[in-house]
Amino acid sequence: MKPAAFSYHAPETIAEAVAILAEVAPEDGRVLAGGQSLVPTMAFRLARPAHLVDINGVEGLDRLVLDGDELSIGACVRHAAFHRPVVEGCLGPLLSSVARHIGHYPIRQRGTFCGSLAQADPASEWCLAAVTLGATMTAMSVRGSRQIRARDFFEGIMTTALADDELLTEARLAIPPSDTRFGFAEFNRVAGGFAIAMVLAAFRLEDGVITEPRLGVGGVEERPRRIAEAEAALEGRAPGAEAFRAAADAAAGAVDPMEDINTSAGYRRDLVATLAFRALEQAGRALEQAGA
Amino acid sequence: MNAKHDITLAINGEAYAISVEARRTLADAIREECGQTGTHLGCEHGVCGTCTVIVDGAPVRSCLMFAVQCDGASIRTVEGLADGGEPHPLQRAFMEHHALQCGFCTPGFLMLAVAVLERDPDIGDEDLLDILSSNLCRCTGYANIVKAVRAAAAEMRQC
Amino acid sequence: MAADKTAYLGRSVQRLEDPPLVTGQARFAADINFPNQLHMRMVRSSYAHGEIVSIDTSEAQAMPGVVAIWTAIDIADIGPVDFRADRAAEALKPYRQPVLAKGRVRYVGDPVAAVFAEDPYLAEDAAEAVVIEIEELPVIVSADDPPGEFAAGHGTEAAVMHHGYGDIDAAFANADTVIELDLRTGRHSGVPMETRGAIGRYDAANDILELHGAAKVPHRNQETLVKMLGRDASRMHLHECHVGGGFGIRGELYPEDILVLLAAMRLGRPVKWIEDRQEHLMCANQGREQHHLARVAVDAEGRILGIDDEFFHDQGAYIRTHGSNVANRTMCTITGPYRVPAFRAVCHFRLTNKTPCATYRAPGRYESTFVRERLIDAIAPELGIDPIEVRKRNLIAAAEMPYTIAFDEPHVSDMVLDSGDYAGLLDKAVAAFGWQALKVELARRRADGELVGAGIGMFIEEGGRGPTDGARIAVDINGEVEVITGGASLGQGFETAMAQICAEALGVDYRRVRVIHGHTDLIPYGIGAHATRATVMTGSAVDVAAKMVREIAIDAAAEMLQTPADGLDINDGTVARRNDPAGPAVTLGEIARRLAPDAAKPGQGDPGLAAEGFFTTTDTVFPYGVHLAVVRIDRGTGAVAVERFMVAYDVGRAVNPMMIEGQLVGGCIQGLGGALYEEFVYDEEGQPMAVTLADYLVPTLREAPDIEVLITEDAPSPLNPLGLKSAGEGGINGVGAAIAGAIGEAIGDPGAVRRLPLTPARVMDLLRRADAGSS
Ligand SMILES: Cc1cc2nc3c(=O)[nH]c(=O)nc-3n(C[C@H](O)[C@H](O)[C@H](O)COP(=O)(O)OP(=O)(O)OC[C@H]3O[C@@H](n4cnc5c(N)ncnc54)[C@H](O)[C@@H]3O)c2cc1C
Ligand code: FES
Ligand code: FES
Repeated sequence: MKPAAFSYHAPETIAEAVAILAEVAPEDGRVLAGGQSLVPTMAFRLARPAHLVDINGVEGLDRLVLDGDELSIGACVRHAAFHRPVVEGCLGPLLSSVARHIGHYPIRQRGTFCGSLAQADPASEWCLAAVTLGATMTAMSVRGSRQIRARDFFEGIMTTALADDELLTEARLAIPPSDTRFGFAEFNRVAGGFAIAMVLAAFRLEDGVITEPRLGVGGVEERPRRIAEAEAALEGRAPGAEAFRAAADAAAGAVDPMEDINTSAGYRRDLVATLAFRALEQAGRALEQAGA
Repeated sequence: MNAKHDITLAINGEAYAISVEARRTLADAIREECGQTGTHLGCEHGVCGTCTVIVDGAPVRSCLMFAVQCDGASIRTVEGLADGGEPHPLQRAFMEHHALQCGFCTPGFLMLAVAVLERDPDIGDEDLLDILSSNLCRCTGYANIVKAVRAAAAEMRQC
Repeated sequence: MAADKTAYLGRSVQRLEDPPLVTGQARFAADINFPNQLHMRMVRSSYAHGEIVSIDTSEAQAMPGVVAIWTAIDIADIGPVDFRADRAAEALKPYRQPVLAKGRVRYVGDPVAAVFAEDPYLAEDAAEAVVIEIEELPVIVSADDPPGEFAAGHGTEAAVMHHGYGDIDAAFANADTVIELDLRTGRHSGVPMETRGAIGRYDAANDILELHGAAKVPHRNQETLVKMLGRDASRMHLHECHVGGGFGIRGELYPEDILVLLAAMRLGRPVKWIEDRQEHLMCANQGREQHHLARVAVDAEGRILGIDDEFFHDQGAYIRTHGSNVANRTMCTITGPYRVPAFRAVCHFRLTNKTPCATYRAPGRYESTFVRERLIDAIAPELGIDPIEVRKRNLIAAAEMPYTIAFDEPHVSDMVLDSGDYAGLLDKAVAAFGWQALKVELARRRADGELVGAGIGMFIEEGGRGPTDGARIAVDINGEVEVITGGASLGQGFETAMAQICAEALGVDYRRVRVIHGHTDLIPYGIGAHATRATVMTGSAVDVAAKMVREIAIDAAAEMLQTPADGLDINDGTVARRNDPAGPAVTLGEIARRLAPDAAKPGQGDPGLAAEGFFTTTDTVFPYGVHLAVVRIDRGTGAVAVERFMVAYDVGRAVNPMMIEGQLVGGCIQGLGGALYEEFVYDEEGQPMAVTLADYLVPTLREAPDIEVLITEDAPSPLNPLGLKSAGEGGINGVGAAIAGAIGEAIGDPGAVRRLPLTPARVMDLLRRADAGSS
């Protein structure tokens, strides 16, 4: 399990990085961020890039800042950066609790938020967060820079809208209104394992009823997705077991789960029902705690 | 592609000037080029944690980094834990609490625990257990590892 | 004084092996390097079954750093890897594994070629460039499938084995109730944290071939290698280094061991092979996969009249070093601790196109305990008797010991249960666990809607089978003691245990005892560390040898101190008068100096303060245990949380309780792995689905509950001087059984669990079925 040979590039600026990428992309040149997905894949020789462009030394990519009503997450911001809340309000604690589900502590010391998005594993927590919360990705290449919205970014299992020569320089997460309530529930079999299914839920209350509901499901289909049927089941309803159950059942009915030898579609569907309900309950509890 | 890179790894305060291919993992460089074989390889794909070392203060899987990425970095391995002949409180606690049997996983657990307790001496028990579930041990069933780390944490807090 | 005498035996002293292990100074196989060494990389089949059409090594051969590439024709003079156990199994020989596949590949991972190169990275590059063309053949993925052809004249059903005694047909004819179950144990294995490793080195100056990285049974493997390679035993040596866990699977001879030795000789350079994790999960011995159709006949009071079991043993692609031992152990232990008047077992020993199987901790017994205890659990509700009571009615009584189980088949040895108070241990365990109150509490919680339940697994273990083991003990002039054994250490604290036994018998501090093991050139015989023999066999030999040294020392001291020998005692390495410990004294070092060869006087006998002792037995010791579990099921996910687990175990005599507890707890968590998480799954093409540690789920700390341990010493073995039994497998044996019972109770259908492991998806299915059944 030793990786195949490659040429190593360590640019120091974004301009340099995209220039190298432009040159090496045709020979399966790739970005090396945290390496926590890429290096194992190379160890199994399932990936054998001829070039790696290591962005860990690129100036400015470790930026994690509040920029207007968006959280800007640079390409080298590690999962561990979210262990403690990074923004005030409800979003910070949510991201902390989501981050803790990603692999193990040492994995989170290296792995990056943007690397997860670029990797686009169906069971990635950050991909689910990006889709559910509405993130915008900035892709740069020698051809210029473009913005890609999360729902257009994830195309399938480990495929994204990024071109081979594009560097994902940052992801921007919209800061939700401060009274948004969140819940996150995930099921995996052993600590640090990838999720078999997970659900991220968010909503606000207006006049005692749910508004702006969001319910995203990850690890179940080929890419994370918001489930409109579940959101519709929540909109305008009073928060509580009845509405949550209806939404959870709607989500379970709406997904088209992947199957593998250990996990049937039916089992994943069961998990969606369970996890959606739990995520919503958690959001409901957050509501009680906030004294609403 | 097979070109060698001249790099320097500072392992436990000692500089090792070595020449490696870009694909050489940090773990292999520490073990083979630098001869520090206390860092073990149990899976080479990031799951088991036996290869855990501390790079610039952070506990990382050394099988998932390339040595070239660590040129100039400060690396700590199990060989550097004892202070002269005096074992580190964690090493002592592991022996006292029978936290090892075959000992293959031990360096990884020690480096993980050292990094975490140095960063956060007052870490809560739940967080500690969560972090210790990063590494695999096939012999002990973990109970004694937890006891040892808790005992060492208490001792380290006192001094 | 009397208290001092037991100062080391039975005490939880700190381990001698720890310091190098916590400081990174230990030397595991991968840490061993020889100048000028080559690295070997295997090229393996990616098909489960097929005919090799061609192997093209030309491109690989030309790659940088490549020294040689071998296929089967390059080692045509070498036979398949031989059996070391079950040597009688002539009929199984056609199923042995060739060192490199000849003509056919039979599982994914089957070694086809070996690349030797200057560096492991280069070796892997070249291995990838070897092109193997394979014509696929039909694949058998289950021992349930109808047998096919293995080779001309040999079917994939290598044997149908029978064990039995008593009139089984009459037992069923006269039964009040017959219970029949269809039961399966899943394929899992030891998966030690260190992968396998082997370094071959040929010392041409002395014509000695060395295998470094040996483990478990160095001397037995030496015998096999001597035969396979046609060398003298004195010129073929195995060396054990630190071993990162064994669990039965590590240390057996595998094709790679043979290859590094051959290559070391033929290429004239040391050859190192370190297995990677993916290879380990495809190639190292697996185990446990059996399918049982089991019946039990009982009378109206729940007394067992007979057990009848037909089962299918999935051996995988070849028969490895153990022959059919695992299936044999299953058959011998199905009746376990119970009085079973009539018994019949039929095993279909079948080959499939999956990784070969052999022993894994409690081989055959984890499986048989699951089957037996499932049957017992099914009797209870059928007759309306409490499950503990059913067990008590059937347990062999202490007064019946030794209890002989004699099989009709002449080639199957009797089982003579040496000692035990099974009901006594059950009582103690049930009391310590608070079983009665617990059952009430669990019933209340179930009534409140929780899915909780308790289960129990009772079992006998076996260990310390002979025939013989020896130890050489020498005291040097500084009073340091060296114990040379033919034992082996896989991380279980062998050195400390042997040092304690020696220290106890000799009267020295155990920290002054250095224990050597695993080197065939230092001692010409050795039992190794298989089937939990180490403590019993080697420990008894150490005890014998230490007592001999003690006698020599006392005799010499008697002369030196001018005191009759029977008035002397040894404490902390010093001989003094029993009634005047502070009086005139002489240290063992001084005695050793007095007895040194250069100080020897004519007529004094052999020089040196040293002795060699042996222990010989043809008997097996049978420790026994009870496992108790409480589980809670998450109705929404099927996940099983183990709320409590107790291992109660009688070890005969505990040399070091701390280490025994460590073994029991560690084994128990492994057992939970096999009961709930770990499974080598294959698809219908025979492709292994669990070749990473992200797919083969070893429990982490989060999945490991605190294990309660109750160690008893109620039934020391009468078969060896210290009363030793063994502890290595008592933590794992009954886990599957206890968890199955607990889950059955939790979902309200005690007999529901028919299959391990109980993955969340399977538990959800059970729940659905239970719900459908009750509505
Ligand atoms: C044991 C283990 C458990 C894990 N468990 C989880 C888990 O539960 N959940 C989870 O989500 N992840 C998990 N991971 C994966 C981990 O989170 C990775 O860190 C993450 O998937 C990728 O981030 P990275 O920075 O490490 O990217 P890398 O591994 O460096 O790169 C991944 C891919 O993305 C590309 N890439 C990376 N950054 C960029 C960029 N800025 N622009 C363009 N392309 C880029 C690379 O070229 C590569 O193809 C686990 C990993 C391990 C080893
Ligand atoms: S060897 Fe690095 S995590 Fe297993
Ligand atoms: S002590 Fe053997 S793996 Fe942990």
